[in-house]
Amino acid sequence: MDFIFKPFPWYVSGVLIGAVMLLLIYMGRNFGMSSNLRTMCAVLGSGKFAGFFRFDWKAQRWNLAVVLGAMIGGFITVHFLSDGSGVDLNPDTVAQLARMNIDAPQGRLLPDALFGMEQALTPKGLLILLGGGFLVGFGARYAGGCTSGHAISGISNLQLPSVIAVIGFFIGGLLMSHLILPLIF
Amino acid sequence: MKYFKFLLTGIFFGIVLTKSEAVSWYRIYEMFHFQSFHMYGIITVAIITGLIGIQFFKRRKVRDTDGNIIEIQDKDKGITRYLAGGMLFGLGWALAGACPGPMFILFGAGFWSMGMVITGALAGTFVYGLLKDKLPH
Repeated sequence: MDFIFKPFPWYVSGVLIGAVMLLLIYMGRNFGMSSNLRTMCAVLGSGKFAGFFRFDWKAQRWNLAVVLGAMIGGFITVHFLSDGSGVDLNPDTVAQLARMNIDAPQGRLLPDALFGMEQALTPKGLLILLGGGFLVGFGARYAGGCTSGHAISGISNLQLPSVIAVIGFFIGGLLMSHLILPLIF
Repeated sequence: MKYFKFLLTGIFFGIVLTKSEAVSWYRIYEMFHFQSFHMYGIITVAIITGLIGIQFFKRRKVRDTDGNIIEIQDKDKGITRYLAGGMLFGLGWALAGACPGPMFILFGAGFWSMGMVITGALAGTFVYGLLKDKLPH
């Protein structure tokens, strides 16, 4: 039972993530996480401001249940199913991050330099988190999906638009990671 | 209780994504620097698994649990929205290190600063809703 406390290898993770998508399709639904952001906007009353949010959000309650479950799953894993061995990063990556003063994982999933409460509540930290989130939310809706809807669901259903979206994900991601992030840190 | 099976699916998804470390900011950074096969392996295997499953569903005309033959809608054709939207998404993904699933998973796990990322993502979705008709798609 030791494996349950270790991080899953990529080939196990990949099969299980694919299985989640297939399970949702088998239950007559689809695998798409960013749709929930639109649903939440609708629940919060955005329909007063834009037609985009005037839809039958109650029909999307199943997906909100998936998100709620995912949050519980995250809680269970971090608190009960981890041995603290943490993210085994490439040493080159760790050295590169150190040059930007971003702390090494040492058993944690997220760097304090971005997500520690002290940093997160500075004007710069706040801007990074809110701005990063904003781009993800805006971009996902503009592109009509995120990693789950395009990269996994779309490509495995051989959709060309999803390939284009994923190429976009990588152009943006490479720009940020190689050019913009070193300017921020 | 008709939502219970979706809640369970979500719990499973949250466990898998956390155990796979796909929720980790570090793994996303490492991926965009091509310094590990980990994320590429996960995404590739997930796609192959999905591809095989979807082909099976389609060829066998499998019915879903509601009794309907499984059909998956094609994405609308186009380039602009996918490329432009995708790039904006990628910029945010590499900065915050979390896509829409992981930001909720991490918040649930007790990383409260993810609440800021979720707030930003809701704001981004809202602004897209306002601008939708003015943007090229």
